[in-house]
Amino acid sequence: MTTFSTTGEGASLTSVSLGRKVKDRSIQGLVYLAFALAVVPLVAVLWTVVVNGLERLDPTFFQFSMNAVSGSDPGGGAYHAIVGTLQQVAICSAIAVPLSILTAIYLVEYAGGGRLGKIISFTVDVMMGIPSIVAGLFVLALWLLTLGFDYSGLAGALSLTILMIPTVTRAAEEMLKLVPNDLREASYALGVPRWRTVCFVVLPTALTGMVTGVMLAVARVMGETAPLLLTIFFTKAINNDPFNGPQASLPTFIWEQAADPNQNSIDRAWTGALVLIGIIMLLNLVARLVARRTAAKSR
Amino acid sequence: MAKRIDISGLHAFYGAVHAIEDISMTIEPRSVTAFIGPSGCGKSTFLRTLNRMHEVIPGARVEGKVMLDDEDLYDASVDPVAVRRLVGMVFQRPNPFPTMSIYDNVAAGLKLNGVRRKSQLDDIVEESLKGANLWNEVKDRLGKPGAGLSGGQQQRLCIARAIAVQPQVLLMDEPCSALDPISTLAIEDLIDKLKAQYTIVIVTHNMQQAARVSDRTAFFNIAGTGKPGKLIEIDDTSKIFTNPDQKATEDYITGRFG
Repeated sequence: MTTFSTTGEGASLTSVSLGRKVKDRSIQGLVYLAFALAVVPLVAVLWTVVVNGLERLDPTFFQFSMNAVSGSDPGGGAYHAIVGTLQQVAICSAIAVPLSILTAIYLVEYAGGGRLGKIISFTVDVMMGIPSIVAGLFVLALWLLTLGFDYSGLAGALSLTILMIPTVTRAAEEMLKLVPNDLREASYALGVPRWRTVCFVVLPTALTGMVTGVMLAVARVMGETAPLLLTIFFTKAINNDPFNGPQASLPTFIWEQAADPNQNSIDRAWTGALVLIGIIMLLNLVARLVARRTAAKSR
Repeated sequence: MAKRIDISGLHAFYGAVHAIEDISMTIEPRSVTAFIGPSGCGKSTFLRTLNRMHEVIPGARVEGKVMLDDEDLYDASVDPVAVRRLVGMVFQRPNPFPTMSIYDNVAAGLKLNGVRRKSQLDDIVEESLKGANLWNEVKDRLGKPGAGLSGGQQQRLCIARAIAVQPQVLLMDEPCSALDPISTLAIEDLIDKLKAQYTIVIVTHNMQQAARVSDRTAFFNIAGTGKPGKLIEIDDTSKIFTNPDQKATEDYITGRFG
């Protein structure tokens, strides 16, 4: 065995110079610092919500509405808001997810750089930039004022749909683009028509990524407040029918409770926030489990 | 089962680029025909025109005639999907479907075309895997993902998948270029076995391979970058490698260029 002197003259392999070591260390330090800075607000928010929210995290919160409970009263709950949020987001997803995925499939598999594809792609980009309050105003102007429908969970869901379509479309498009062309060609070469190739080869391969994209979009719209204020209005009572009459939702519940100066209301607002985060995390978990069962396997 | 392919006056284009020019040849049934030539001379493009995979690329088009026995593949009334059921293809890089098990990969072509009977599928999967010399290696783990096999096994899985739909012709686009010598040998043995039933066309960069597996060899060349690829000559493999008619062929196989 030949040993190389790391400091001696004429050594062909020298150790890393001091300058490079310093640079390496300092850049490493910067990267860790940046990471810590990014995580601090996240942890701080979670911590504050958990600490403040635990106060009212009791069965009552999930069993009762705010009907006949005034801001200064203890008790009361967010049952009406939880039901409202779940129904609105479910309706919104039921409309937006199929539309968006079909749009993404068209853009990636069929448009082939054509004119219509470019127009749709541009429109999706524009929709991506719509401020959420504008989506609410649009539904207010069209659905409620022009067509004359009443405030309802459905109206809220429609405004959320406008916000959800571009994000899901973009996410699905990116995932479909990642599917290697080899797989499409392998399928075509077996004499499989294009639509079957899309349904049984391309979509399953892209599924995991698309589920993540959908979940991110669901999480985003679930926290939207502004468009709901204009479309579902307010109610303190339980309304299990999303198609008729004002409905509550968790974001508007938080907004309403936080605006009330009584400590009991403020506690309810914190718990509402905690429950909202909890629901989003739970949905995320379920979606990931579902996706894992059908995901691409390597071993 | 096997069919003869008669190509006459075939041109292929990618948009405005003229990729191959005026190719005419006959590919005999139950034999192996090898395409050799330098990179970029249009061998793969030509191969892809034989099952209408060329036109899958946006802007690509074909002129000329490809007769499969007495049917013109490019007749206006012919469905390209039906053509690809008759003319199967194996690609350069093994490309099993990553979401499917070994069994499902082999059954994919049938399942996606509506065959649902379990017993029938079982039989065809076993037969195809045996046909691809892979059965003994995977029979105990048919439910495992196809992507978990080694490269050579994956390529044989792709061959099994291609023969499961019982095509008349099998096109192979450099099927061994991503494989080690042992796996290459396994595939070459397989090609030798398959030619009893199929018309096989293989593109290869490996001239020894062309000499080993093929009955007839076609040499393609290109006049210069940007010019279309051309067929220089096609003849019995033994003749091409010992006494070709064209000087260019001789130069290529003796390693003087390319």
